Amino acid sequence: MTAIPMADGLILGAILFSLGLAGLLLRRNLLFILVSIEIMLNGAGVAFVAAGSRWGQPDGEVLFLFILAAAAAEVSVGLALLLRYFHRRQTLDAESMSETRG
Amino acid sequence: MLRLLWLVPALPFASSLVLALVRLPRRAVAWIATSSIAASTIISLLVAGSFLSTPPAAFAYTEALWRWFDAGSLHPEIALYLDPLSLIMMVVVAFVSFLIHLYSTEFMSGDDGYNRFFAYMNLFVASMLTLVLADNLLLLYLGWEGVGLCSYLLIGFWYRDSDNGRAGRKAFIVTRVGDTALMIGLFLLFHRLGTLNIQELMRRASEQWPIGSSAALAAALLLLGGAIGKSAQLPLQTWLPDAMAGPTPVSALIHAATMVTAGVYLIARTHVLYALAPQAQFAVAVIGAATLLMAGFSALTQHDLKRVLAYSTISQIGYMFLALGVGAWPAAIFHFMTHAFFKALLFLGAGIVIKSLNDEHDIFRMGGLRKHLPVAFWTFLIAGCSLAGLPLITAGAFSKDWILWGAYGAANGSTGLWVAALTGVLLTSLYTFRMIFLVFFGEQHSQVTYRPGNAMLIPCLVLAFLSIVGGYMKAPFASFLGTSLPWNSKVGAIPIGETASGGIAAAVFFLGVYLAYVLFLRKPNLTMAVASSRAGRVLHSLWSSDWAMDWLYDRLFVRPLVWLANSGKSDLIDGFYSGVAWLNKTAWRGASRTQSGRLRWYAAGIAAGSIVLIAVVLFL
Repeated sequence: MTAIPMADGLILGAILFSLGLAGLLLRRNLLFILVSIEIMLNGAGVAFVAAGSRWGQPDGEVLFLFILAAAAAEVSVGLALLLRYFHRRQTLDAESMSETRG
Repeated sequence: MLRLLWLVPALPFASSLVLALVRLPRRAVAWIATSSIAASTIISLLVAGSFLSTPPAAFAYTEALWRWFDAGSLHPEIALYLDPLSLIMMVVVAFVSFLIHLYSTEFMSGDDGYNRFFAYMNLFVASMLTLVLADNLLLLYLGWEGVGLCSYLLIGFWYRDSDNGRAGRKAFIVTRVGDTALMIGLFLLFHRLGTLNIQELMRRASEQWPIGSSAALAAALLLLGGAIGKSAQLPLQTWLPDAMAGPTPVSALIHAATMVTAGVYLIARTHVLYALAPQAQFAVAVIGAATLLMAGFSALTQHDLKRVLAYSTISQIGYMFLALGVGAWPAAIFHFMTHAFFKALLFLGAGIVIKSLNDEHDIFRMGGLRKHLPVAFWTFLIAGCSLAGLPLITAGAFSKDWILWGAYGAANGSTGLWVAALTGVLLTSLYTFRMIFLVFFGEQHSQVTYRPGNAMLIPCLVLAFLSIVGGYMKAPFASFLGTSLPWNSKVGAIPIGETASGGIAAAVFFLGVYLAYVLFLRKPNLTMAVASSRAGRVLHSLWSSDWAMDWLYDRLFVRPLVWLANSGKSDLIDGFYSGVAWLNKTAWRGASRTQSGRLRWYAAGIAAGSIVLIAVVLFL
C-alpha cells in the first residue's frame, strides 16, 4: 500500500475547509450553515489524519475522534436551537436574526 | 428666662430638619411645623417679658453658645445678642410667622409638597431669627444667606412650571448682587477694625474713624448694597414683583416677617457706621424716597392682585429706608412692625380671595366680593386703611406720620424728602383703594368656589386687631427702643410741627381715597379715557413694566452675558475639546456600524481575521 503524500491530504483538507467556509458565508439557510460547519470540521480532520500518517503518529487519528465528538455535540445543540428558532419564527433565514445589531 | 433665648431660632430649625428628613402624615406635619413656631413665639414673649421686667445691664444681653471656628485672628462665636432692637424684631418675626404658618396649614392643604413646604418655611423663619439675633456680622451673614436660599426654594416652590423656577432664580441672583457687596463690606470691616462682633465693631469704628472718613463711607455703602438687594430697593428691586410666583403664604412671609426687612434691620443695627458716613446715610434716604415713589406709580397700574401688594411692599420698605436715612431710626423700626401686621394681613386676605375664586389673580375679573367673603373684606379693608394711613385709628397712620415727620424734622430731613413722602401717601391711598374697590365693590365677575375655614380666618382677625392697636404702642415703643436706637433730631427750628405734618398727611389720604373712588368706582370710563390717551399709554406701559427696569437690565446685563457665553462656546480651547468629542463620536459611529446583527458577516469577519493572523505569523 503506497502512502498518500501528505500534500494531497492537506490540499483535500484545505479544499473541504474552503468549501465549508464558502458555504457558511454564502448560504442563508441556517441548516446549510450547520452543514457547512460540519464540512469545515471534516476538512480540519482530514488535515490531522494526513499529518498523523505522515509522521506515523496516532495523535492525528485521536484528534480526529475528538473532532467527531465535538461535531456531534455541536450538531445536537445546533439542531435543537434551530428547531426552537423555526418554531418561533417559521423561517431559517440567517438574515432574519439581526436583532442584536448595535 | 433670658437663657432660653437660643431656643427661639433653634426650635424652628430643629423642626425643619425633622420635616425634611422624616416622612410624616399631613396632620403631623402641620402640627410640628406650626407648634415649633408657636413655641418659639411663646419663648420669645417670655424672654421679652423678663427683659422688660428686669432689664439686663446696659439694656443688652449676650448669650454665647460656642465658638464657631478659629482662623488666624478671626474667631467668630455662635452668640446671640438681645437688645431692644433685636427683641422687637424677634417678637414680630416669630409672631407673624406663627400666624402665617397657621394660615398655611389650611391654604396648602391640597398641595402635594406639604412636607417640603413646611420644612422650607420653618427653615426660613429660623434663618431670619438667626439673622436678627446674631451677635456678629458673620452669623448675621449666615442667616442672611439662609433667608436668600429659602426665598429661592419657596418662590420656585411649584417648580413644575418653569416660570416659577425662573422667578426663584431671579430672586436669588439679583439679591446675590447685593450679598456680594455685603460680603466685601464684611471683609473691609474685618480688615480695618479686626473684629466682626457688631457692638465691638461699632465701638471701634466710632473711635478710629472720624466722621466723613472714606473707610466709613466705603463700609457703609457696601452694607447698603447688601441691604438694597435683600430689601428690594432701587436699583435691585426687580426680583420682588416676580417673587409673587410662590404660594401666597410665602409672599406674606417674605414681605411681612422675613427677608425684605432684613436690609432695614442691617442698617439699623449698624447705624453708628452711617452716622460716621453722612453721605451714605443721605444715599439711604434718597434711595428710599425714589423707591417709594417709583414703586407707588408701578402699583397703580398692576392687574395682578399680588403684584399690587408686591409694589406696595417695595414702596413701604422705601419709607423705612427714608426714615433710616434721615436719622429717624425708631420710626423705621416702628413702621417695620406695623407693616409686618398689615402687609401679612393683606397677603393673607389676598390668598383667601385668590383661593376662593379658583386661582384668579386679575383684579379686573374680581369685584363685588364684599358680601361673599365678609371676614376677608373687613380684615382686608382694615389692613388697606392701615397701609394707606387712615388717621387716628390705624397703626399704619401712626408709623407713617412718624416717618413723614422724620423726613422733615429728623437730623437729615428736608422739604424735598418730606414732599416725596407726602406724594407717596397720595399714591399709597390711591392704589390701595383702587385695589379694594375693584376687588370688593362693583359688579361681581367671578364665582366664589371656596369658603375659608378657621385656620385661615383666625390669623386674619388677629392681624386685623394688631393693625389697629399696633399704633397705640408708639409712645412706649419709642422710649423702649430709644435705649438702643436714638432719634436724631434736627438742630435748629422746624417750621411745621408733627401734628401739622400728620394733618396734611391725613388730608392727602382722604384725597387719595376720593380720587380712587371717582376714578375706579364712579367713572371708570374717565380712567380708561385718560389711560388710552397717548401720554397715558406711554406712562401706563412704563409703570406697569416697573419703569422698564427689567427691559433695561435685560439689555445691559443679561443679553451681553448670554452673547459672551455663546461666543465663548466656539473658541480655540473649547474647539479642541469638542474636536475630541467629535472624534470619539465618529469612531463610535463607525464601530457600531460593524455590529450589524448579521450572522454571516460576523463569520466572515472571524474568517478574515484568522487569515490575517495566520498571514502575520507565516510571513512576518
